[in-house]
Amino acid sequence: MTPFSYHKPASVGEAVGLADVSSRFIAGGTNLVDLMKENVVRPERLIDITGLGLNGIQATANGGVLIGALVSNAELAWASVIEQHYPLLAEAILAGASPQLRNMASTGGNLLQRTRCYYFYDTGTPCNKREPGSGCPARTGLNRIHAILGASDACVATHPSDMCVALAALEAVVHVQGRAGKRQIPFADFHRLPGDAPERDNQLAADELITALELPPPTFEDHYRYLKIRDRASYAFALVSVAAGLNLNGGVIQDARLALGGVAHKPWRDPAVERTLIGQAPTQALFTQAADALLQGAEPLAHNGFKVPLAQRAIVRALSDAALGAKARGATS
Amino acid sequence: MSANSPQSGEAHPLRLTINGQARSLQVYPWTTLLDLLREQLDLIGTKKGCDHGQCGACTVLRDGKRVNACLTLAVMCDGADLVTIEGLAEGDELHPLQRAFITHDAFQCGYCTPGQICSAVGLAEEGRACTREAIREQMSGNLCRCGAYSNIIAAVEEALPLMRAKANLQGGPRA
Repeated sequence: MTPFSYHKPASVGEAVGLADVSSRFIAGGTNLVDLMKENVVRPERLIDITGLGLNGIQATANGGVLIGALVSNAELAWASVIEQHYPLLAEAILAGASPQLRNMASTGGNLLQRTRCYYFYDTGTPCNKREPGSGCPARTGLNRIHAILGASDACVATHPSDMCVALAALEAVVHVQGRAGKRQIPFADFHRLPGDAPERDNQLAADELITALELPPPTFEDHYRYLKIRDRASYAFALVSVAAGLNLNGGVIQDARLALGGVAHKPWRDPAVERTLIGQAPTQALFTQAADALLQGAEPLAHNGFKVPLAQRAIVRALSDAALGAKARGATS
Repeated sequence: MSANSPQSGEAHPLRLTINGQARSLQVYPWTTLLDLLREQLDLIGTKKGCDHGQCGACTVLRDGKRVNACLTLAVMCDGADLVTIEGLAEGDELHPLQRAFITHDAFQCGYCTPGQICSAVGLAEEGRACTREAIREQMSGNLCRCGAYSNIIAAVEEALPLMRAKANLQGGPRA
């Protein structure tokens, strides 16, 4: 690791006061420390935010929950309010990483983890995300794990998080604080597509800190599914993942959410596709139409063409599982 | 980077408890907990495998929870209560998981074993693994390149009820 200075502020105000482009906030460190070992990220200053008390999970006035940015992934997945009322989120978190990493990784940090594109990690190769303007070897190189939707000439990386796919489907809101004050960012707007600035994964400014994540009132408590397809049965990143949530009444879909992971620079959602499910009976034919619509415009690369039919089938299966209901399919979370 | 390598930069004071013993140390901010244990404290039971959080050989218990020491900065452990493989036995009496690993011959080369055992202690504390399948899933953060998985799972499966019984006897937390 390249040497750096270490600071442990006692308040959010002090933390954001210390932050600039040459610093990084650190909480769990599971991704950042690894990136620093690889010299992919070389901050001059680390700002340890673990003393800021952003640890609670509390009910909000409108019936939702507010999750402190420092709540660990394991604590969140196993919190009774999440297990009971947001099981889609619990299922997604437990599909990611390992138990050790989930004990360390924070809620806020999960949103900020970087892509696992091989070239991003390999400082011996160019990468527009790591060194803007240097080029993208992934577009013409080994790109089996890369994006099929929303990519650009500059970058074909995917966002690696499972948790974020569920948060997109649940329409979470990200609470942030910077030197200019506080703001709330709808989840769909938080992460960016790469465009011509792939070095920016999200719309946070350098001095802005995620303080909490807000979930709207519970929904999809029985009819949900986080389906993750990967190269081995556990502890691997998604090739394709699907977060599906349905509200059913009398055999008719009242509300639907559908988000994809492993296919784009951010969790992939299209509310217009979700609306086509509303008022319909949950059938395989309907779900197939929705899958085709969500994957419209997919542009596979040389090695990831398999992701298009894989995503198509995963969407149909996740929606079918969701329609069946967690109790009927014997889900434990 | 070695914990002992001469570097410019400021060392920070660090107070923590390791295997029941209070320690007062000075560490550079870039020293990982793994390097601190192995290179400054001579606790070499904790192993360096991948050094990237992918293999679990460095698993230790921090405030009762299993973590990867290779991705933990030592300077961020101020006030922590750490337990490594060296801290599990009580005198000459092995921890139930250590005994079970011997009974089931749950290793070949043994390099991953300290991490496997610490991880299984953390798994028992979590109290979430009730089936063989769940144990397999919840031990997935620990790789064994010799492929001794079937015996490792058998050892953990046997030790879990023993640890539960011991915890109940001592009135301790669920295990």
